[in-house]
Amino acid sequence: MRDTIPPQARAQTGIPRGTRRRTPGGPIALLMLAPFLIAYLLFFVFPIGRAVQLSLTQSSLTETGPFVGLSNYVQLAGDPDFWASVLHTGQFALYTVIPVTLLGMLMALAVNRLVRARNFAQALFFLPFVLPVSVVTLLWQWILNSSFGLVHNLFGTDIAWFGEPATAMPMVALVTVWWTVGFNMLLFLAGLQNISREVYEAAQLDGAQGWTAFRTITWPLLWPVTTLVFTLQLIASLKIFAQVYILTGGGPFNSTQVVLQYMYNTAFQNLDAGYASAIAVAFFLIILLVSLVQAALLRGRS
Amino acid sequence: MTGPGNRAWAAVATGSTLLLGALWAFPLLWAVLTALKTEEQAVAQPVQWLPTTPTFTAFRDVLTLGDLPRWFLNSALTSLVITLATVVLAALAAYAFSQLQFRGKNLLFWVFLAGIMVPFEALLIPLFRLMNDLGSVNTYAGIILPQIVSPVAVYVFKGFFDQVPKELREAAVVDGASEWRILWNVFVPLSGTVLWAIGIVTFIAAWNNFLWPFIITTSPEMMTIPLGLTQVQDAYGLRFARTMATAVLGGLPVVLAYLIFQRRVTEGFLTVTGVKG
Repeated sequence: MRDTIPPQARAQTGIPRGTRRRTPGGPIALLMLAPFLIAYLLFFVFPIGRAVQLSLTQSSLTETGPFVGLSNYVQLAGDPDFWASVLHTGQFALYTVIPVTLLGMLMALAVNRLVRARNFAQALFFLPFVLPVSVVTLLWQWILNSSFGLVHNLFGTDIAWFGEPATAMPMVALVTVWWTVGFNMLLFLAGLQNISREVYEAAQLDGAQGWTAFRTITWPLLWPVTTLVFTLQLIASLKIFAQVYILTGGGPFNSTQVVLQYMYNTAFQNLDAGYASAIAVAFFLIILLVSLVQAALLRGRS
Repeated sequence: MTGPGNRAWAAVATGSTLLLGALWAFPLLWAVLTALKTEEQAVAQPVQWLPTTPTFTAFRDVLTLGDLPRWFLNSALTSLVITLATVVLAALAAYAFSQLQFRGKNLLFWVFLAGIMVPFEALLIPLFRLMNDLGSVNTYAGIILPQIVSPVAVYVFKGFFDQVPKELREAAVVDGASEWRILWNVFVPLSGTVLWAIGIVTFIAAWNNFLWPFIITTSPEMMTIPLGLTQVQDAYGLRFARTMATAVLGGLPVVLAYLIFQRRVTEGFLTVTGVKG
């Protein structure tokens, strides 16, 4: 059993080794852990095992069917609809991750300069993020409405933005960027505040200002936040579902169907929970793989 | 250093930032303006920027005609219970991990942390089946239960409890206080910031959760706000003033919560993301 009091704390508190009061053992700890532990086992650990188990069966949404080995996975590997959904998810990630990261940084740099209007400007950029997804989609469906929307009125366009294969996914991405970028701005603002003023003052004495100061001080010192934002956004973008489902329903012609929607349709519309569970497991593996590759790459860089 | 040139440049920078901010938030304003119009004004050509005669008809209609009040009730109820349960469960578990000694502690904590890697989305099917077996599909319990397990909350609470000076607990133990009393009388009063952080972030996440209520509710009267709002586009069709009135009302609670508690919301997100402890 490891000691909970680190040596330096022990030195500070002056509690000599060995005279520490016997800590109360398991029973009370177990009681305190029990509520979380039970919920964790029931609503988290058990479903993980169940997802894997179901993926090896031919099951409906409510009944567990016969064991079929890896055949769901074999089918998945050769399923063009699945690979198309992976591709569309990747497209969404491509369209959103770098824009929300860079735009979030730019917003933070702009807001960070302000003195009096700072909280106000921060609120303007951050507000969309606190909205539920369906408020966001209602707003943009109205603004982008091809007959009565603001974009139609201002630019005279008649494009059904969410109904054309060429524009549907980019527009979903645009709406997502508008919705979520404020959160990244917040993280970058916190990062900027951690850079001490003295570093800039010292750099200024050396003649580094403006762009040079940004390139030699701000950018490298913000790098940890940048990688955090990038990581969070990449994983979040792979979990895309609600915006696409509401705005395009996966269409037109399945051109925006993402992995989670394919899983959802398979399970809750085709009622094929076995095959859908294989998609769920594959989805988890993709996320795990991306996280590991990313962690390895970032470690290599720093 | 701050010559007139610099001051002018600063003014321009401030002005452009605020202008961009206003542009960024404009869709929100546009929703409010549309909601205050009549249906005819909302679709008038050329576009009418301001409602000539502001009216609350659209708001009155959506509050009296549809299920919106019911969705509010559902969202408020489930979000409050989820927040309360998440905080209580996480604080208790974190106290045990942080302050008590028991066998397998590190292993168990490691298991909890590893759980953060598993996306909730991958568990939708087994969770739906579990709720179906428990008879909880389309019930409040069904909406609430899978949302009360937050390993992140345990992690954040534990990080905070670890920093509480050991003398405080030692003194309370010498006084004969039970662990429950120590948690309630010593640790909870100290945890104001972190309680608020986890509470607010959990509440907003629960209020905004779309995916799980989408899976587990089957009838309009059990829907929460994010889910119910997807119905109004079909229900109201081209009645944009009503649609926007619904959107404005649906977004109002979280927007108000943010505006009132701006600093706490900000700190909450930073704490939970691990940028600020």
